[in-house]
Amino acid sequence: MASPRTLFDKIWQNHLVATQEDGTCLIYIDLHLVHEVTSPQAFEGLRAAGRGLRRPDKTLAVADHNVPTINRTGRIENDESRIQIETLEKNVKDFGVPYYGIDDIRQGIVHIIGPEQGLTQPGMTVVCGDSHTATHGAFGGLAFGIGTSEVEHVMATQTLIQRPAKNMRVTVNGKPPLGTTAKDFILAIIGKVGTAGGTGHVIEFAGEAIRDLSMEGRMTVCNMAIEAGARAGMVAPDETTYEYLKGRPHAPKGAAWEAALTYWKTLPSDDGAAYDKEIVLDAAEIIPFVTWGTSPQDALPITGVVPDPASISDEGVRAAVERSIEYMDLKAGQKLTDIKVDIVFVGSCTNGRIEDIRAAAAVAKGRKVADGVRALIVPGSGLVKEPAEQEGLDQILLDAGFEWREPGCSMCLAMNDDKLRPGERSASTSNRNFEGRQGPGGRTHLVSPAMAAAAAITGHLADVRDFLT
Amino acid sequence: MPQTPFTALTAAGVPLDSANVDTDQVIPARFLKYPRSDTSWTFLFHDLRLRPDGSENPDFILSNEPYKSKGRILVADRNFGCGSSRESAVYALQDWGFRAVIAPSFGDIFFNNSFKNGFLPIRLRTEVCNALRQDLHDAPGAEIAIDVEAQTVTGPDGVAHSFELDDFRKYCLTRGLDDIDFTLEQTRKIDAFERDNRPSWLGHNA
Repeated sequence: MASPRTLFDKIWQNHLVATQEDGTCLIYIDLHLVHEVTSPQAFEGLRAAGRGLRRPDKTLAVADHNVPTINRTGRIENDESRIQIETLEKNVKDFGVPYYGIDDIRQGIVHIIGPEQGLTQPGMTVVCGDSHTATHGAFGGLAFGIGTSEVEHVMATQTLIQRPAKNMRVTVNGKPPLGTTAKDFILAIIGKVGTAGGTGHVIEFAGEAIRDLSMEGRMTVCNMAIEAGARAGMVAPDETTYEYLKGRPHAPKGAAWEAALTYWKTLPSDDGAAYDKEIVLDAAEIIPFVTWGTSPQDALPITGVVPDPASISDEGVRAAVERSIEYMDLKAGQKLTDIKVDIVFVGSCTNGRIEDIRAAAAVAKGRKVADGVRALIVPGSGLVKEPAEQEGLDQILLDAGFEWREPGCSMCLAMNDDKLRPGERSASTSNRNFEGRQGPGGRTHLVSPAMAAAAAITGHLADVRDFLT
Repeated sequence: MPQTPFTALTAAGVPLDSANVDTDQVIPARFLKYPRSDTSWTFLFHDLRLRPDGSENPDFILSNEPYKSKGRILVADRNFGCGSSRESAVYALQDWGFRAVIAPSFGDIFFNNSFKNGFLPIRLRTEVCNALRQDLHDAPGAEIAIDVEAQTVTGPDGVAHSFELDDFRKYCLTRGLDDIDFTLEQTRKIDAFERDNRPSWLGHNA
């Protein structure tokens, strides 16, 4: 009998085109997502070498990182941003790549639109020149970020030269308490395993609490696998996955759907499959989380306090904590709920889906954004924005004093005009609290959408459970 | 694209003491809008190296001589290059003049991207990296020798340390090979795989 295999093992073996003697593999790529920032040099490389793009039909391009989230009808003011978007538009024309333009309702963050269109499916290999490609693993595929050289390699060959990753399983058992969301799970996980805990591994998220998540929640969890060092995160496909996919524009139809379903059901890890690393958490013990420092691993329950470097014995860790506290302008022992914020950002490939907007609106409803706080809601795509407006969520949020924007990456990485000014502090639903990530000198606290809304209302980091009765 | 072959290098090292230096620190996102050019080196560690007013921050190692002019090998701490997939992090290091970075561990995507540019990331044990950085602080401008063929790093103290390197990566690195050419030689295998192994219902974005 064949030895039990993990979800990752199965997908890997199903995509092997060739294997070299030293174990280096050539793997086939089923879906290549392209955006304006990491693709120009790849297209240029193809041109310079006189190569074509092998499979435009397995490629989709969109502009998301640079796009403005207001005043989209006119010319983009920032020259470099405009040129980067125009360059993508020229490249997709020249190479025949399907493209959702800025005026297309399907436009949005690349990791939101792939699943939305049913392009992301179980068992696939999905890549993109973006580290948050891990998001797509929520469907039970192998999805990971690549650099621009690899983008060019996929364009030219529809394959990648890779070595197999190790298997890691993170199990979240049980039921979470009120107020705890997928974002709190992943912050708790990163806080536990550390920012390099998954390096060299693919993380399979499992357990009752993961199974109970919607696809949106699973995407939030997988999205931040890279923040734990893992190139890919994945969740085995199940009825929730199939339910989400069925009827989407690019999902298989009719007999093809049945054939696909039969195949997808063979994918979940076999009983007894071996993992190189195992982590287990109890959902019941996870309360809403925030980050206090400048690494996603600096995550604590909202009831906590800023750590005291004096209590840390490891010299390197102590120095890092001291530096983070200084950069973030905090005090050791300070209560997290005493940290005031200037900006609140709800959006990004981590938390820019309909469920996230609903969660923010549920907290904001009938309340007002605190004086002196600016709060932005940036839907992840046109197809998130439209139903949100149909549900009246935009009005609830506008009435509460939030700004309602057009889709894009926005303040997650400050490549458009949405950014923190030096010294400003945000509560943000994005994925990285690195120094300067949301603008030079800006300070970021990562939170769930509900926690972000609570921060907007109170003017400081707040425990969303106080709003849920 | 084809790279300059990398077989050996003896050059001054630069110690960078922080752990978890992410690629947003190596090159902030706002510089990703610019095509790679003669001035791309100025983006390297921009917000660590320069103060908000544009003056050099003397507290950052690369602001100081001889590291600034002579440094070609960066010696970092654990998890160097974590975070964003931006290959510009490798470009910025190269455009500054670096050819290699030594650290106890790396972000996976950065590690991969490095080889694609003929830039060598070397994993050495934490204690070895700590000692190398100390040597470079004690004797600024001290040299480190990298021998790719022998897979060794020799520190200023003359002690050689072995490092791991996949055969295929070594082959490409020492010859400056473009791996797209290598893969295109296997086009028939890719054709066969597409014909025989991909179900007809699978994801066509047409």
